[in-house]
Amino acid sequence: MFKNVYNWIDERLDITPLWRDVADHEVPEHVNPAHHFSAFVYCFGGLTFFITVIQILSGMFLTMYYVPDIIHAYASVDFLQHQVAFGQIVRGMHHFGASLVIVMMFLHTLRVFFTGSYKAPREMNWVVGMLIFFIMLGLGFTGYLLPWDNKAYYATKVGVEIAASVPYIGPYIADFLYGGDIVGAQTLTRFFAIHVFFLPGALIAMLAAHFLMIRKQGISGPL
Amino acid sequence: MAHGHKSNEKVVFVGDSRVKKAGMFQTPPDYTAFPGKSEAFIPNFLLKEWMVGCVVLVGFLVWVIAEPAPLGYPADPTNASFIPMPDWYFLFLYQFLKYPYVSQDYVLLGTMGIPGIMFGALMLAPFLDTGKERRFYRRPIASSLMLLTLASCVYLTVVSWDHYQHMLAENNTIPEHHERADKAREAIERGEPRPNPLKKAAAIIEADDPAMSIAQAQCIGCHAADFSGAVGPALIGVGNRMTQEEIAAIITNGSENGAMPHFNDKLSAEEIDQLAVWLAKQTQ
Repeated sequence: MFKNVYNWIDERLDITPLWRDVADHEVPEHVNPAHHFSAFVYCFGGLTFFITVIQILSGMFLTMYYVPDIIHAYASVDFLQHQVAFGQIVRGMHHFGASLVIVMMFLHTLRVFFTGSYKAPREMNWVVGMLIFFIMLGLGFTGYLLPWDNKAYYATKVGVEIAASVPYIGPYIADFLYGGDIVGAQTLTRFFAIHVFFLPGALIAMLAAHFLMIRKQGISGPL
Repeated sequence: MAHGHKSNEKVVFVGDSRVKKAGMFQTPPDYTAFPGKSEAFIPNFLLKEWMVGCVVLVGFLVWVIAEPAPLGYPADPTNASFIPMPDWYFLFLYQFLKYPYVSQDYVLLGTMGIPGIMFGALMLAPFLDTGKERRFYRRPIASSLMLLTLASCVYLTVVSWDHYQHMLAENNTIPEHHERADKAREAIERGEPRPNPLKKAAAIIEADDPAMSIAQAQCIGCHAADFSGAVGPALIGVGNRMTQEEIAAIITNGSENGAMPHFNDKLSAEEIDQLAVWLAKQTQ
């Protein structure tokens, strides 16, 4: 039954090569911790992706309760934290997962750097990886405001003030992020939109490019 | 496959179709390029990855359950004493901007100049370090620059955190999320509901009641002048937790654990009754 459905679709769309291309590759010995334990350093990229998936899923559940306006933002986070079943765990996963993504990505970057894996022909993949790094920092910065407590408020205020001190474009950046003269109602909705739609969209596109390139080029050889 | 040669196919692509008649799966370049024992990704390697992933997930969940995510008090733009603090991975930049020659008149160097050069160099590393050599110990310049940067970032982060702790100690404050968690725990231990920082401090109900003057004479020593609780628990909202009879019993005989003394020698039965009726009305 299942096979017939698959064959019916495959006859029309030729989907087999799509997944065979992902599935049918071999993992060489020098990156396999089962053969050389020190090869665990090659796991950090995969773990970064794993935590990123946790971030996306937990974030999707958080938006079921979170209300991005200055009256209800704090109350909704408080409700989520203390009243909703498993809310504390889901919010905890998203809060601590943010730190974990940064740590894993940092370790992954160091592995790639110190094994010289960014060298030709993989320069573009390094640049895309760096863009992912900046997107992650942007997600961290915008997500920090959303609980709307004092820590969130003042960290954002200081952060945007620093950005505003840049000559010429600084005031425009501040205006774009604030949506007004102070950290206020507009700032919160803008940060919410950036955190939930703009940056994750960019992140997914960049991740797709990152993975496409690694499949096309293969993993870098042993040192 | 779909555009193969089998005559019983339902869909046959016509000759001038733009769909490329590719062969079957193309062997990726890394399939056999490396010596040694390579392993199929699916299912062998993926299974191991999933096992490692499960262990990581369980560890992560244990951490998350043991340590609730912090939440302070609601944002108050008029709060002038709050010490701003970014998330830990921005601390190195935050600390960097506190040094002379990268702040004040030179702030441009601190916000754009040096971080721009550092992040720019990191981003363009493949085009700066173009040699064929990949081993880090054969690339002394790239490796030492990276190690120096790493050490600087760690140093700045530690100094920034240390500075923050000093400021907290100087101002004699604890971070709001700790304060809030402590207060919530204490309230729950006293059997009161978790304090809600969004609720305005509840006022005493029927403050012109004659029982109020009895309470002001006898109770405020332990229960605070505004009845919000000090040594003894808050009396605001006591009506939520106890009935009039229970309150009267405690005033007459003292609390069961002996923390509150009995008042049957200081107050008449009539006064106790008056007080208990009034306190039972203190609901929220």
